[in-house]
Order: sequence, then C-alpha cells, then structure tokens
Amino acid sequence: MTDTPVLSVRNLVVEIPTRHGVLRPVDNVSYDIQAGEILGVVGESGAGKSMTGNAVVGLLDSPARITSGEVLLSGQPIQNLRGEALRRLRGKKMGMIFQDPLTSLNPLLTIGDQLTETIQEHLKVGQTEAQERAIAALEEVGIPAARSRIDSYPHEFSGGMRQRVVIALALCAEPDLVIADEPTTALDVSVQAQIVALLKRLCRDRGVAVMLVTHDMGVIAEAADRVAVMYAGRLAELGPVREVITAAHHPYTAGLMASTPLASQGKERLRQIPGAMPRLGNLPDGCAFHPRCDYAQDSCRANPGPTLDTCDGRAACWFPLNIKEKSEVGA
Amino acid sequence: MADIQQDIRPSRLHRAWNSDLGWSFRHAPVAVASTFVVLLLIIGAVLAPFIAPHSPFDPGSLNLMNGFTPPGQANQFTGDYFLLGTDDQGRDVFSTILYGMRISLFVGFAAVLLAMVLGVTLGLLAGYLGGWTETIIMRVADVQLTFPAILVAMLIFGIAKGITPPEYRNEMAIWVLILAIGLSDWVQFARVVRGATLVEKNREYVQAAKLIGRSPFAIMLRHILPNVLNPVLVIATISLALAIIAEATLSFLGVGAPPTKPSLGTLIRIGQEFMFSGEWWILFFPAATLLALALSINLLGDWLRDALNPRLR
Repeated sequence: MTDTPVLSVRNLVVEIPTRHGVLRPVDNVSYDIQAGEILGVVGESGAGKSMTGNAVVGLLDSPARITSGEVLLSGQPIQNLRGEALRRLRGKKMGMIFQDPLTSLNPLLTIGDQLTETIQEHLKVGQTEAQERAIAALEEVGIPAARSRIDSYPHEFSGGMRQRVVIALALCAEPDLVIADEPTTALDVSVQAQIVALLKRLCRDRGVAVMLVTHDMGVIAEAADRVAVMYAGRLAELGPVREVITAAHHPYTAGLMASTPLASQGKERLRQIPGAMPRLGNLPDGCAFHPRCDYAQDSCRANPGPTLDTCDGRAACWFPLNIKEKSEVGA
Repeated sequence: MADIQQDIRPSRLHRAWNSDLGWSFRHAPVAVASTFVVLLLIIGAVLAPFIAPHSPFDPGSLNLMNGFTPPGQANQFTGDYFLLGTDDQGRDVFSTILYGMRISLFVGFAAVLLAMVLGVTLGLLAGYLGGWTETIIMRVADVQLTFPAILVAMLIFGIAKGITPPEYRNEMAIWVLILAIGLSDWVQFARVVRGATLVEKNREYVQAAKLIGRSPFAIMLRHILPNVLNPVLVIATISLALAIIAEATLSFLGVGAPPTKPSLGTLIRIGQEFMFSGEWWILFFPAATLLALALSINLLGDWLRDALNPRLR
C-alpha cells in the first residue's frame, strides 16, 4: 500500500445542469485502487456507480461533466485531458468491460478483427504478431480452439463466451486499470461465477487494478478486495470486503446485505429496505439515507450530511452500527 | 485440431445463399421475378450494341421509307421487318429502347451513387459529431425538402446548363443530369443515416472503440458505417427507381437527355407526338419498358425492406 495507487479518485464531483437546478450524480467521492487490487463498487440503480466509472475513463456524455476533484492515473491527473492526449492515454492505460456482451462487440466484425484492431492501436506490432497475440488473449480467457474461432462473428458465441471475448478485448492492450461495469449482470448465474473467477485470476496474474461496478453483493463478496458502497451519489461505506460484509458500519450497507436473497433462506420473507432512493433533484436534508434508516435520529436530519472524513473514515454515518456483531437490520 | 474446423467452413457465396436473406429471397416469388426482369433489362442495355438489330443513331443506316412501320408487320414499301415498329424517321423502336435504357440506367445508377455517397457522408458526420455540424447539415436538408425533388433537379440542371459553354452542352447533358438528380436526392440518405448513427454511437462497442483510442473518423468508417448500411441499401434501391423516373421526367420535359442521345424519357416525349395519329407503338413500348424497369426495382426494394426488417419477419 506504499506505492502510488494505479487509480486515485479525489473528491470527485460530477454535475448535470438541468432545468430544475444542478444535479450531482457523483458527489465528493474519493477512493484509491492499487495494482492487482479489485475494488467493488455497489449500490442501487442510480446511485452513481456507473457514472463514477464513466467519469474516470472520460466517457461522460454531455451535459454531465466533472466540476471538481481529481482523477489520478498512476499519480498523473487525467480529468482535464481532452482530444488526442486523452485518446492516447486511456486506450493504453485503461480497459473497460461493459454490462451487455451483446452490444459491446461490433456485430459486423469478426472477434479477431476487433482484437487485432485494439492491439495494433496500442502496441506497435505487425499483423501476424497482432493475430498471435489475439489468439493468446482468447486462450487466456478460456476460449477453446481459439485459433479456429478467431474468424467467427460475435453472434456465433454464447453470452458467456462473448463476455470472455470482451474481457480479452479489455485486457489485450495490457492496461493498468480495468473498469468492469456490471460485467455479469446480463449472464446467468453459473456463467457469472466463471466470469468473476476469470476476472479475478487475470488481474491477480497481471497486477491490473480493477474497478468492479455491480449491484450484486454476491459478486463483490466473491471477487473484490475492498468494497465501496454508494448511495445517492455519495460514498456510504468503504472498507475491506470481509469486514464490510460481516460487520457493516453503515445501516444502508447492512440493509443491502440483509436483502440479498439466499437459497438457504427457505420461504422466509426477503428483507427489504423500505422506500426508494431519493431523486437527485430532491435529496433530503442532512444524511441522504435518514428517511429510510431504522436508526435515524433527529440529529441525522439536522446536521449536514456525514462523509467518510467527518465520521470514522469507514462509513458515512453519525451512528455507525456495531463493529463486532453481525448486524440485524430491518427486523 | 483447429484446421479441421476451418476446412468445413462453407464459402462466402454459399453462406450468403444459405443466409436468412438468401432464404427469404428464394421464398419470395415477387422478388425472384423482379430480379429476373431487372437483370434482363440491364443485360439488354449493356449488350445493346450486340443485340440491337439496327443502329438507330447512325443516319446512314436509316431509310425514311421505313417510317411508321407498325410492330410485327413488314414495311409496305421496303418489305423490312421491325419487331416493335419504327418511328417517323424509320428508326427501329426496339433498338432505340435498348440504347435508351443504357442512358436511363447509367444516369439512374450514377445519380443514386452520388446521392448515396453525399448523403451517407453528411448523415454520418451530422449524427456522430452533432453540434453545429449537425445543425447546418440537417437545416440545409430540411430546406431542400420543402421543394419537390424534380424542381430542385430542374433548378440545378438550369444553372448548370447556363454555365456550360454551348458547344459542350450536348456532351455535358448526361453528367449535368446525374448531378441534378443526385443532388436532389441526398437528403433522405442523410436523414436515415443520421438517425441510425445516433442509435449506433451510443452502443457499447462504439464506446469501447472510443476507449481504446480510435479516432472519430476511424470509428465512423469502421464501426458505425457498416452498421447503418441496411437502411441505406433499401433506400438506394427505391431511389434507383425514382432516379430513373426523375430522369425520364426531365427528359420528357425536354431538359434532360438530348434527342441525339435519347433516354427512355426522350423516347416517350418523341412518341407522345404521334399518340393521337394512330402510331401508338412509338410511345407505348418505351413507356412500357420504363414501367417494367421502375416497377421491378420498386418491388425489389419493397422486398429488401421487409427482409431486412427484423420486426416484419
């Protein structure tokens, strides 16, 4: 942990100006990812998970934009890069795995073409060499008979195989950082586990930093080293995955854990967090979570919203839940 | 083990024939019939110098005595036989149609090609770049749409004719015609391509291509263009029929192909002078050919549109 982190996000704020005022889908978010580390980012839909990922790689769609804070890639600020400089940097240093393997491959190009395109854009190698590297990349992600399948089109693969191709595509330019935006959401459960294991193995082997965006706590528990829980654009909790899962400090995290369905649970009713995440244009005063929180007190509403810095550094909560016991929330 | 699989992969042609499109083609009698008609007419036009029994534009070979020979009968003075009759100059109508189709088809294909290249390029730029580029291109398109295409074509034709020196006018007429029809027809290509581009550019593979650092032009050409070509193909087919008709209309109005190099439209204009004097064949056969050509291409376009539309399958 003494090295410069591969990715360092410092007080990142993303704003969208609208007719009804300025929305902040990402509000004052800070985290680091070290080489070889997987940071899981979880939260409900609209919590700002994907928006954070897009902000990091510079793929924010207008009118959303970074208004303050820093994104440091290996210590170098990249949030203000534009045009040519951005293109060169992000292709070489970053890879991205998208949610839907159906749409993240060009349907009209063979997977070999797409891989060699990426390889040749970044590594100055010839056609044959690129082809060999493409085959090696496919073999590495576990595609059988890669040499004969390299001229296949994406539709000739199943969903799980296609996601493997997407992973090969993200890794073949040898990036330092990979952003995986819900890489398993569109896949069925048995394939999910394979893909997660693959992702985990590849980043261990290559020392790639991974930002794994998902809403699936199971995937996080399986793959991540540390986890960042987001709520309404802010970090709710950030800590080592084991600790966060077994002893959540933030009531929201605890609620998320409790509402994960388990096959062993039987016919018991699934726990849920009451209410819905507030709309960004209409955030409550104080802590954004207090209207849904079982432990909320008057001061949660009166005081300005808690942040990791103003609280204990792990959870943005004035009354963090107990550290020792597995918490029981929503009962 | 890898090479074994390679060997049993069918050839591209075979794959095309076995594709959904190939299957749909084989099971659409209308499409097969219209393809047959179109191919027949195109072959006739291309091979006109070899097929045509007479060379109708060689004044030396014309005999005025052969004028107004009805179709399927021998001329009463010379005893010459003409399949589809002759016009007032004694020209063989069948031969003039073959030569006329050459002009019509050439102008049609060239005009559509021009409109397609122009429209697809502008549509891609407008859709992908957005902002001012898009505003300017699409407003120009909107303005042009407020005029009927044939009027725009006449306007362009008139201007072009005005600035060409008189001695080149007849030679240039064909090219001016292509320019006029092509420029009057790019708008729908641009609109459709822009719309499709707006959809494609938010697809994840385009984001991924951006992310690996491809330049905007590489992304447009390699990733977006091939994915928006389906509708372009359909429009191009239907535009071909419209361009041929537009050419015929312009020629009929006397502003298109010159009588020395007549297209189907010119032939129809010449023929209509004799419509009420009993020499119906001079008008009828060129008009019927134009109808068959335009109708077949349109039917083909209709089939293509349905076959390429996944929702209608």
